[in-house]
Amino acid sequence: MGKILSEMFSAPILVRALIVGILVSLCAALLGVSLVLKRYSMIGDGLSHVGFGALAIAAVMNLAPMAVAIPVVILAAFLLLRLSSNSKIKGDSAIALISTGALAIGVMAVSMSHGVNIDLNSYLFGSIVSVSGGDVVISVILACAVLLMFVFFYTKIFAITFDESFAKATGINVNLYNMLIALLTAVTIVIGMRLMGSMLISSLIIFPALSSMRVFKSFKSVTICSAVVSVVTFVIGMIISYAADTPCGASIVCVNIAAFAGFFIAGAVVSRSK
Amino acid sequence: MALIKTEKLTLSYENMTVIENLNFEVKSGDYLCIVGENGSGKSTLVKALLGLKKPVGGSIEFGDGLIQKEIGYLPQQTSAQRDFPASVSEVVISGCLNSRGIRPFYSVKERKTAAENIERLGLTELKNRSYRELSGGQQQRVLLARALCATKKLLLLDEPVTGLDPMVTAEMYGLIEKINKSGVTVIMVTHDMASALRYASHILCLTENKDDGFFGTAAEFLESNASNFLKGGAANGQDTE
Ligand SMILES: Nc1ncnc2c1ncn2[C@@H]1O[C@H](COP(=O)(O)OP(=O)(O)OP(=O)(O)O)[C@@H](O)[C@H]1O
Ligand SMILES: [Mg+2]
Repeated sequence: MGKILSEMFSAPILVRALIVGILVSLCAALLGVSLVLKRYSMIGDGLSHVGFGALAIAAVMNLAPMAVAIPVVILAAFLLLRLSSNSKIKGDSAIALISTGALAIGVMAVSMSHGVNIDLNSYLFGSIVSVSGGDVVISVILACAVLLMFVFFYTKIFAITFDESFAKATGINVNLYNMLIALLTAVTIVIGMRLMGSMLISSLIIFPALSSMRVFKSFKSVTICSAVVSVVTFVIGMIISYAADTPCGASIVCVNIAAFAGFFIAGAVVSRSK
Repeated sequence: MALIKTEKLTLSYENMTVIENLNFEVKSGDYLCIVGENGSGKSTLVKALLGLKKPVGGSIEFGDGLIQKEIGYLPQQTSAQRDFPASVSEVVISGCLNSRGIRPFYSVKERKTAAENIERLGLTELKNRSYRELSGGQQQRVLLARALCATKKLLLLDEPVTGLDPMVTAEMYGLIEKINKSGVTVIMVTHDMASALRYASHILCLTENKDDGFFGTAAEFLESNASNFLKGGAANGQDTE
């Protein structure tokens, strides 16, 4: 075990992936609590598909991938937020429409670009090689933004997540906070997507929040627990991926499944013993 | 000066006018019940008073130092989901948010306000329980405590007793009456005519036909034409039997 860890830390690619991954998992878990409770978890999924489309097109047109993907996904986030706050049912299918549409466009772009060498597999399921130095910088900035937002606006985020119309009545600018959450979610997804792949990134948003909600009963404890669960499952997943030579995204999701099962059983035991 | 005064207030959705030229006023200490059939615009009026819905005509004025965002609001349907993980004290203290700027944590004073209101509504035993594990009546009391945290002057309650059993309903009315006696003005939307007449000092009746509306004291209401629909309803009931 010690040997594996020291090996991991001596490879710059892995260190980069670990830094970015830990920060992204932290952000995803914090944002995820709010998104899951507001029934917005599908937005995360939709955004990752849009991100895939944007990355594919950027690669085909030989543009900087982040410079294209981040603004496109942010725009999509605002659009999806708009759609799903207007009317529930239509919003749902609109998300499916946008996400499958973006996926298809991405696949078309990749298949038509014969000259360009694009690793479709790493786009869909992630790879640690694609994490660049620039990603490290962006994810540090992002993590600071999310943490600051959570510390300063924690009480307001609670109010908005719990009961939007009451929050509005007490003079909170609900739209502004929703947009801020959408924006940070978009950036989290684009950065995390490189590592986790666009098919798997939304699990970082959904799993830790759902696991924590099995056992914990207050907003504060659920938030703290998801942050911890998210970072711990990420690190364990990375170690397994390195040791067993499995894809990192899928390994992390599998660890999250195990964690969810554990929390599920713990929750059942706790409520039974009452 | 009245606490709230509306003049020729008109509210509409897209092209459908829900309320037209409505005039009424609420003074400090009043207990106003808003009644009317489903869809007559009661919740819409409540939203306008809270500033969640912009009037298309007329005005709403606030007096006696009342600030719009310092109204304690109990929504008809909370957008909060039933399975939301939140403790009772977290929910109650979130009512204090209107009086604060950007500060990370709740102040000692806000904690005290929340504790007082938890005690006032008899929630002390429940305060560390999870909101989602409470019964409908208990949840309603928690939301009332939250509304009280947001205000010292005016409570705006949209059908606070819907779905509660008769015992709990009576308890709820008792609490609201006590709060009103302690100097908080109450505006309550209700379908429970008997209780409205029993507790309210004033009645505002909204009707489909905008001209048949009524605003006045509870005693005046009984003698007016507006209360006819109550009697009419009873008469119809007898006919069919
Ligand atoms: N968001 C909305 N968009 C469009 N029309 C709406 C909206 N909300 C309410 N309405 C319409 O406005 C009218 C008044 O609705 P409102 O909710 O104010 O009635 P209410 O008196 O509170 O009814 P209830 O007793 O059922 O609660 C209804 O005809 C309703 O269909
Ligand atoms: Mg209503």
